[in-house]
Amino acid sequence: MTKKIKNLNLNFGPQHPAAHGVLRLILELDGEVVEKADPHIGLLHRGTEKLIENKTYMQAVPYFDRLDYVAPMNQEHAFALAVEKILKIDVPIRAQYIRVIFCEIGRILSHILNVTTQALDVGALTPSLWGFEERETLMTFYERASGSRLHANYFRAGGVHQDLPKGLEEDIGKFCETFPKIINDLESLLTDNRIFKQRNVDIGVVTKEDALDYSFSGVMIRGSGVSWDLRKSQPYDCYESLDFKIPVGKNGDCYDRYLCRIEEMKESVSIIKQCLAKMEKGPIKSLDGKISPPPKAEIKQSMEALIHHFKLFTEGYRVPKDEIYTAVEAPKGEFGVYLISDGSSKPYKCKIRAPGFSHLQSMDYLIKGHMLADVPAVLGSLDIVFGEVDR
Amino acid sequence: MKSLQDLEKKINSELTTKINNTEIKHNQIYIETDKEDIVDVAIFLKTNQDTKFRQLIDITVVDYPEQNQRFEVVYLFLSHEFNQRLIVKYSIAENEVIPSLTSIFPSANWMEREVFDMYGVSFKDHPDMRRILTDYGFEGHPLRKDFPLTGHSEVRYSEDQKKVISEPVKLEQNYRNFDYESPWEGTKYIKEEIENNDKKN
Repeated sequence: MTKKIKNLNLNFGPQHPAAHGVLRLILELDGEVVEKADPHIGLLHRGTEKLIENKTYMQAVPYFDRLDYVAPMNQEHAFALAVEKILKIDVPIRAQYIRVIFCEIGRILSHILNVTTQALDVGALTPSLWGFEERETLMTFYERASGSRLHANYFRAGGVHQDLPKGLEEDIGKFCETFPKIINDLESLLTDNRIFKQRNVDIGVVTKEDALDYSFSGVMIRGSGVSWDLRKSQPYDCYESLDFKIPVGKNGDCYDRYLCRIEEMKESVSIIKQCLAKMEKGPIKSLDGKISPPPKAEIKQSMEALIHHFKLFTEGYRVPKDEIYTAVEAPKGEFGVYLISDGSSKPYKCKIRAPGFSHLQSMDYLIKGHMLADVPAVLGSLDIVFGEVDR
Repeated sequence: MKSLQDLEKKINSELTTKINNTEIKHNQIYIETDKEDIVDVAIFLKTNQDTKFRQLIDITVVDYPEQNQRFEVVYLFLSHEFNQRLIVKYSIAENEVIPSLTSIFPSANWMEREVFDMYGVSFKDHPDMRRILTDYGFEGHPLRKDFPLTGHSEVRYSEDQKKVISEPVKLEQNYRNFDYESPWEGTKYIKEEIENNDKKN
């Protein structure tokens, strides 16, 4: 007698804690082995690109916070750089250091979240408790600089919105002294942990060739042994003058990607330290009154400042007709903005290239032949945030 | 190729008639081609020893509703080996079907689905042409310039029918797009002075 075996279809998400947001993953299972994975995305689609087309360049910045909401300022950076290149304006050196410091804080924020929740997905609770305490400290730095813990709206074309408040530099410096110990603590819980290794070593292996073909970037490509980091290869702002290393993995599995993230956090701390040491007093945004709004005090005295303020916050500045693609190394990979301006004060088109989008599309290739229990481990190491995947 | 100029020459000499125009700006090469040639151009860029554009970064479309050839399709490439970026473009009319790059770059799959979803441009030989970002059963293509910002339908939970229903958008107040652009471009004599100064610099 023969028995007919039918594959089982399983809905993973959209409300599943290990789906890292609203991912509906339709899995075709043969027993416990995954035969096919079909991710359905778009449950968090807000039409960011359409909205940006209807807003002035300054009003477009907050939308970038809401893409990858665990590292908001890195996204703002890409947009600011794109507009600066078209406008051909220089950024004061202090502003460059401030931006790099906050981008690296964003990288640490994102990597802590990813490393600890990945541990949570495979069964370790403690790292997330320890990690989130540090994230809280970092978010108070965000708050002190920009007024908001998450949606900073801090970077501007030509610099940053305002100077750092008194004492913040010292406090960030103190954090850089204590944080490496926390990384070591996290490592002592995970790196040699038998269960963590069993769940991650040789899971979701990506070869060098496939990493290129699937448009991987960031840790996903470095974990597979390609030494590629936009901060080094196409440096922007003051990254050229800073000394840091690029951690590269060997096997391209989930465990190597975890190790890369840990090392990157250490490098970020060193970058922040260097910036703090090199930073001097000075202007924090472009001095061009046609682009940067004047300080509030000046508006009370100067007619010209008042006019500039009024024009900047109603019409906004105009950007000459041009098109450009600019990318930054966001914590998750290459985050790019393809901007087309038409000479008015609103972008004609603003395509956002999110790293998570191309990473998630390879889910079927990564998970085929693995067990169902490996799905959260692979998803965790892809570092998916739905704000940017769905836009 | 080491420099962008060498690369530009190389592309022009190898692909000759397939390339309509090349330009270097912002440290990137912009290439214009035709719909028929895009597959050949992509294969050349990916496999040639002197170009090695191994990664397709993104595919997108720009909508110019007033033009005859309404859509401009844009491909962004990256070469890790030579650390260069390249942008390929071509224009198509509204209902044209364009070739898919999925057989050359597997990552083109979702990018082309997104283009289809957002602009309604369909691809030939695409393995899985479905909508990707919009809701199940969504109608229209949101990023077209003639699609209203507020959309056509809204979703709410109906107490009477005890389910989520979709109905036409009703707004208490319409979206107001104020035109702040000032028609005043400055007095003529100041403008001339500025232009003269620019020329001197």
